[in-house]
Amino acid sequence: MNTLIVSPSPHVHGKESTRKLMGDVVIALLPAVLVSIYFFGLGAIHLVCVSVLSCILFEYLIQKFLLRGKSTVGDMSAIVTGVLLALNLPVCSPWWLIVIGAFVAIGIAKMTFGGLGQNLFNPALVARVVLLVSFPVLMTGTAFHAPETGYIFGTESFVRGSLDATSGATPLSFVKEQLAQGVSVQQVMELPGLSYTQLLFASMGGSAGEISAVALLLGFIYLLFRRVIKPWISLSVLITVFVFAGILWLADSTKFTDPVFNVLGGGVILGAFFMATDYVTSPMTTKGQIIFGVGIGVITVLIRAFGAYPEGVSFAILIMNATVPLLNRIQPKRFAVEAQKK
Amino acid sequence: MRTFRMGGVHPADKKISQNAQIEKLPVPKMVYISMIQHLGAPAVPCVAPGDKVKVGQVIGTPTGFVSAPVHSSVSGTVKSVGMINDLSKRPVNTVVIEVEGDEWLETIDRTDTINRDIVLDQKQIIERIKECGVVGLGGATFPTNVKLSPPPTAKPTCVIINGAECEPYLTSDYRVMMEMPEQVLIGGTIFMKALGVAKCYIGIEENKPEAIKKLSSLAVNYPGIEVVTLKKKYPQGGEKQLIDAVIGKKVPSQGLPVDTGAVVQNVGTAFAVYEAVQKNKPLFEGIMTVTGDCSKQQRNFVHRVGTPLSFIMDYCGGVPEDAAKIISGGPMMGKAVANTDAPTLKGTSSILFLTEAQTKRQPEGNCIRCGKCVEACPMGLEPYLLNKLGRATMTEELEAHHVYDCIECGCCQFTCPAYIPLLDTIRQSKATVMKIMRSRNSK
Repeated sequence: MNTLIVSPSPHVHGKESTRKLMGDVVIALLPAVLVSIYFFGLGAIHLVCVSVLSCILFEYLIQKFLLRGKSTVGDMSAIVTGVLLALNLPVCSPWWLIVIGAFVAIGIAKMTFGGLGQNLFNPALVARVVLLVSFPVLMTGTAFHAPETGYIFGTESFVRGSLDATSGATPLSFVKEQLAQGVSVQQVMELPGLSYTQLLFASMGGSAGEISAVALLLGFIYLLFRRVIKPWISLSVLITVFVFAGILWLADSTKFTDPVFNVLGGGVILGAFFMATDYVTSPMTTKGQIIFGVGIGVITVLIRAFGAYPEGVSFAILIMNATVPLLNRIQPKRFAVEAQKK
Repeated sequence: MRTFRMGGVHPADKKISQNAQIEKLPVPKMVYISMIQHLGAPAVPCVAPGDKVKVGQVIGTPTGFVSAPVHSSVSGTVKSVGMINDLSKRPVNTVVIEVEGDEWLETIDRTDTINRDIVLDQKQIIERIKECGVVGLGGATFPTNVKLSPPPTAKPTCVIINGAECEPYLTSDYRVMMEMPEQVLIGGTIFMKALGVAKCYIGIEENKPEAIKKLSSLAVNYPGIEVVTLKKKYPQGGEKQLIDAVIGKKVPSQGLPVDTGAVVQNVGTAFAVYEAVQKNKPLFEGIMTVTGDCSKQQRNFVHRVGTPLSFIMDYCGGVPEDAAKIISGGPMMGKAVANTDAPTLKGTSSILFLTEAQTKRQPEGNCIRCGKCVEACPMGLEPYLLNKLGRATMTEELEAHHVYDCIECGCCQFTCPAYIPLLDTIRQSKATVMKIMRSRNSK
């Protein structure tokens, strides 16, 4: 006679699992990683490998020796954090910088709160911001020089030929710098490296994940197609950045960059598609998600236009992460309406 | 195509037994007829050991308004009246009858002719349904006569016959629609007459095109009856979801379905009502499916109420070696069988065998706050939150987050990627909170 399992309904499961979802995110990030490897070669491989391996190692060690629980590495969330961290760092980052980043992401931002699902802030972004304020030169490379070519962001051949040259200024920091020197937006935008095509397919400046909007878009479409995420957060971030930057641009086009540049340049795409949509640190309901996305968009543009930093996406997402517990108090629309009191 | 407006999941429908014609299951040597086969007050046995009974004879009388009589499904001698374990191993007052022959009450019309003319009037119909012990066969087994006697304040406008059969594997409703389509339509007409309404919808999911075709073509002869094709989505057969899908109205929280004007009846109930009203046959037989990917046979049966499940399983070749769980009902809302000797009830719709790989629960992981449970909940609740509040027994917050709206469909748990047993907690919390609410209201 069989030993029968007796447990309450439901008796079957949809076979969705945390591991599969995380695996899908890794797959969705592959195009961006591949583009990065194509343009930066070994540097990008080095960056991704060090980042992923150290994230896994830190999670394993902390879980085993500090929390003394069963290893959670199998859920693949550490790999996702590792890849996202890599995409948020400049390709020429030294190995120790990446390891520090991984430690901050996994050790401080994630495991301190109790591991997967418990953290308030996006681990990869916490790491990026900690590194940004601790090692500003390495992280933004504002003092970039490319004397041989005269190009500010370098051409394809130039960048592929020399790993050192990849610590280029991001388009955003470059523009901000020029604006601070009194150059008008129109003049800056005529400099090489800032065309929309370059921004879309491969803008050379910035972190590994910011170089190709199209690669990120492919991954995003994959996630939508696999129903891993819903589009609301990403769309509301993009639309808000576009609209808000557009308003500023219409008000004064000599001081503010145009809305398309704002959406394509910098980390908006990476942030909107992959950082803001992190399950753990974003709201549950559609309404909450839209408010969350709009908040990120507004803060991003505010920082870019009026703040000291050239880029504000990371800060914007982290600030909005803090509002998630509040946004989760928004209840979804109930099916049942309240019966009339008799 | 119509469907309900929010939530729901898409389990694989696995209707592997759908082409098996309904067969008559042999009558066992002994039947065990439970006095709790309906929602409400248990029936009280009115026979004593040694009594001779006939098929269709009353052996349990109802107590109270929401209750139903129980009839003998066999002829023979009453062996004992007392506590027998049900499928969850809970003792239930049960009449045990040793079968001798198969002698039916003469009042029952046993011919195959379809009686199309409804001669009884509204009152007589409801009285007959009550006498025949007809209960809802869609799962809840609520006494049908009570449902057909809505409170005077309610204004019923239509009947909705539930042919959705949204649970995977189950095919008994489908077989009823395929083999007894006219009887279902006459049942629908009886419902309309009993409620004094002129409209009856039959909601069928798109994965049963044959049934849709068959009933639609026959429905032209039955004024007021309309077949509605529904999108395949679980839990379409839930009363609130079906009303929403078919007429687009929402049942108020803690209100009655009839507040929307609709009275929902299952296909199986429509057939039972036909038999009660037109054939004077009490509800002592049921239609059920024996199925499962590992099941040796895929069959649909008419069973006599009180037949031990083990008798049916033996008849179908025994329990498959790799069966790890036996379920009475569907895989989403059915009950796991703990006692294979438990008897069938009026509402028994299936014996479903699942393998360990299909049914074993995975270890619970951390909630990753993906929101999939919120998205899947057809009632618009927040299962992840109810689970958290439930584990902390925070009853006030549970009430504030409408735990009482939960229909226990299991969509949240089905969809949870972290394998958190959400419904286990929510079900318990709901019971606790509703108890508190009732005691507060009674003060």
